[in-house]
Amino acid sequence: MLAGEGLTLWRGTRCLFEALSFVLPVGTALVIEGPNGAGKTTLLRVIAGLTMPESGSVTWQGSSLKKHLLAGRLRLAFSGHSLGLKSELSTRENLDFCARLAGLPARVGEILESTGLSNCADLDVRLLSAGQKRRAALARILLSDADVWLLDEPQTNLDTAGRQYLEQAIRAHIARGGTLVVAAHQPLDLGSTPVTRLMLGDA
Amino acid sequence: MAVSLRTDGAGAADAPALGLLELFRVILERDLRVGLRRWSDASNSALFFILVVTLFPLALSPRADVLRTLAPGVLWIAALLATLLSLHLLFRADLEDGTLEQLLTLPYPLGWMLLAKTIAHWIITGIPVVVMAPILAITYHLPLNALTVLTFSLLLGTPTLSLLGSIGAALTAGLRGAGVLLVFIVAPLMLPVLILGARATDLALSGEDPTGPLYLLGALLVLAISLAPIVAAGAIRVSAD
Repeated sequence: MLAGEGLTLWRGTRCLFEALSFVLPVGTALVIEGPNGAGKTTLLRVIAGLTMPESGSVTWQGSSLKKHLLAGRLRLAFSGHSLGLKSELSTRENLDFCARLAGLPARVGEILESTGLSNCADLDVRLLSAGQKRRAALARILLSDADVWLLDEPQTNLDTAGRQYLEQAIRAHIARGGTLVVAAHQPLDLGSTPVTRLMLGDA
Repeated sequence: MAVSLRTDGAGAADAPALGLLELFRVILERDLRVGLRRWSDASNSALFFILVVTLFPLALSPRADVLRTLAPGVLWIAALLATLLSLHLLFRADLEDGTLEQLLTLPYPLGWMLLAKTIAHWIITGIPVVVMAPILAITYHLPLNALTVLTFSLLLGTPTLSLLGSIGAALTAGLRGAGVLLVFIVAPLMLPVLILGARATDLALSGEDPTGPLYLLGALLVLAISLAPIVAAGAIRVSAD
């Protein structure tokens, strides 16, 4: 169970969110919505532990998420605006690196195949199209074998088949007891997945 | 398209999956590979070093005794400037392409990962300087024993420079156009290394025992290895926020 308790964050003189709380049982998704600049990305970064909130905490099964992470009891996959891939390395090299860092069995070939990247797997990431790059970032998430996925606008630049694949991947992730927090502008078709919606506004 | 996820329940490993040495190796290997692919960036500091060292004799005096006394200072200053020139590359690209965020979400000590990155950076930018220094120093008519001490002092001193530089690089990674600021932050920290390195070579040149400054250089290196990554880790967390 992923939960946020009393999260408050200011950016300069603007309050992005105040005393924000949410509870997300295992096997459910949280969709963060709101206009541009409402703080969707920032909230994701707070959950990922990349940005410190002014007050409040993010917990997993009742105790600090950070502690679970450091103890290796929990894996987190974060996909932000930037891809998290080295543009000088090929997709395969990037994924290999991620798999080795996470100490996971190399399923790189299989994942390249399923994300439709096998024909450009050995090209440097900088040579890929924007959509292919986004697919590569998705492949990194799939590879991570994480319990919690934090995705920021994952549909950006994806074509129709890519979006369907993304939705399918998310449904599979949740079906096997994963948790998802996603910031999304465009509607995501998650089928029968239990979804909580969180509207961030400039209130 | 079939989604390939493992089906044996959500991931949940029991402990951090990699040993520290293995972690170090993986990060080192990736950074070396990236560094070699960006060879034009990496070779800048080596070319700068060659340029500075070869310009001095042209502008000053070709006389052997003059050059010999200048050599320790010139080579050490050039090595320090070459390090400063390359530092902005250390964390900037990783912050921009999001790979640093990825490291931050991993269950490993950040300082250790930054140490691996800094050592990779030193291998790419520092080792060429250490290798070229004795070759270039021959043109300064340095005797063999001074050449050896010079190389050894650079071998001990340049990793310290990179490690001290990593603190400044971490502090300024998120800032635009912070090149000069970075230099002003780290240059004062580097002065002891410069003084000791040049002094050791100078002592060897005048036939005295250079081990004192060399020991101190070694001590500084150990200190930098143990403390600089911790400071850099704190700074990187702020930069990545």
